[in-house]
Amino acid sequence: MIETALFFVFAGLAVLAAASLILQRHPIHSALSLIVVMVSLAALYLLLGAEFIAAVQIIVYAGAIMVLFVFVIMLLNAGAEERTSFSRLARYVGIPAGILLTVQLAYTVARAASEQAHRAPAVEPSSTRNLSLMLFREYVLPFELTSVLILVAILGAVVLARREK
Amino acid sequence: MSELIAQHPILITSIIKVVVLLALFMTMVAYLSWFERKVVARIQSRWGPYRAGPHGLLQPLADGVKFLMKEDPTPAGVDRFVYFLAPFLALSLALCGVAVIPFGPHDVTIFGQRTHLGVADLSIGLLFLFALTSLGVYGVALGGWSSNSKYPLLGGLRSSAQMVSYELAMTLSVVGVLLAAGTFNLQEIISAQKGHILNWFTFALPFPQIIGFFIFFTAAIAETNRLPFDLAEAETELVAGFHTEYSSFKFAMFFIAEYANMVTASLLASLLFLGGWNSPFPQTASFAWTHYLPSALLAVGGLWLIFDGIRYETVLGKILLPVLGLVGLGAAAVVALDGVREVIQGPFWFVGKAVFFLFFYVWVRGTLPRFRYDQLMAFGWKLLFPLALANVIVTSFVMVLKELR
Repeated sequence: MIETALFFVFAGLAVLAAASLILQRHPIHSALSLIVVMVSLAALYLLLGAEFIAAVQIIVYAGAIMVLFVFVIMLLNAGAEERTSFSRLARYVGIPAGILLTVQLAYTVARAASEQAHRAPAVEPSSTRNLSLMLFREYVLPFELTSVLILVAILGAVVLARREK
Repeated sequence: MSELIAQHPILITSIIKVVVLLALFMTMVAYLSWFERKVVARIQSRWGPYRAGPHGLLQPLADGVKFLMKEDPTPAGVDRFVYFLAPFLALSLALCGVAVIPFGPHDVTIFGQRTHLGVADLSIGLLFLFALTSLGVYGVALGGWSSNSKYPLLGGLRSSAQMVSYELAMTLSVVGVLLAAGTFNLQEIISAQKGHILNWFTFALPFPQIIGFFIFFTAAIAETNRLPFDLAEAETELVAGFHTEYSSFKFAMFFIAEYANMVTASLLASLLFLGGWNSPFPQTASFAWTHYLPSALLAVGGLWLIFDGIRYETVLGKILLPVLGLVGLGAAAVVALDGVREVIQGPFWFVGKAVFFLFFYVWVRGTLPRFRYDQLMAFGWKLLFPLALANVIVTSFVMVLKELR
């Protein structure tokens, strides 16, 4: 019972913060909203029993990546943005497309949920040990490929940032 | 309501534990500021606080009253929401950390509920603490940004870059310990160091984590924004850094958060590397006398306080110090009792080690000059980080070799 209530609290918080992320005019306020989204998502992971993922979500996203965002915003001293009127393209194509996408997503999730209800949950307790065994045995190739990809990205950033002599 | 409590007895024990722990923790934090001022004063051949109460013992109270009574102006042009949020964020994150720290191996009974010494026992305790540390940057960074003033902004910028850099070295430095313990749970990490001093991870075979220990504590000093790494405040360059525009209780919240972080970092250092609640002596019959050490320490302290109080100049000191001494003697007698003696062993050694680290913090502050900013970054990235990485690699090799044999 408490779990359900907590789910709605954090899910609602995540949605509200996501809306605020778009609606805020100041970059720092948007960044703060995004941090709230990240932390709410971590709380949702916790409710699902994925403690390790929750902690990593906070450490990596809320703690490291968002600190860099905030750092850059502070460094550039970005001010509040002016609100412009909607572009015509956004009004006549964007809004219907967004509504269509939402309906499709809701339909898919609802269908999946009704199918899921008949099936017994096949989730075993997701300990850190199980997770690492999965990562380093079954999914070791994608895992290592991702690390190489990140390494390439870092090298690219260094090359771009290096001053010409 | 009573039905809810009957169904979840853990609620009531948790509330009691939270209240007791918070009271003890806040007292420790308050007297840490007194301790720091006294020790730094001694290092610099001064007296330190001595007007408020005997030996300045009432100074934390006087400071608290002063923080509450002072005017609290809000500077013009601040971002009000963030300006008010920042100190709350700093303080609440700093106070959360102590909740996951276990203080002793023995269970205690509260209202018929057996419970361990600590508020929450998480399977990811260590990661939780790192998550809190990584969020702790926001208090300082946002406080600096929202003040609408150049010195706080510079302080906030510096601290966010510094904390991200040192977090990396700090997290990597504990990997050796995690490999040896095989768990994130703080209770199990301490239990893995059971026995005597040579089983503590700093000294334990197959690969002593003494380098990891050095890196961890250095990075912890930087993470808590203390000298010689307090570039976020740097009063010689930035007036008072990120909290220049804060006054009264909002400043006090930053202040308390800093000291609370120091206490948590000291507890964590002793927990990860120095065996936590484990006594340095082997747990054999010939060392049973060491179980009377807490009692002996309290008795000697009590006698010294009485002796000192009789000679003290002021009337308040003549009364207060001997009374405190008598309390110490009484506590010594209670602690020597059979039931209490074993329960107090864990907290005694644990807190004792943490107090040593706190002294070390103050000692470093009184001894070392502040780093220059580029030196600070070079030290973190070019020395601590590669060293931590090498420590991880060597430790894992040794672990694998040990498995193979």
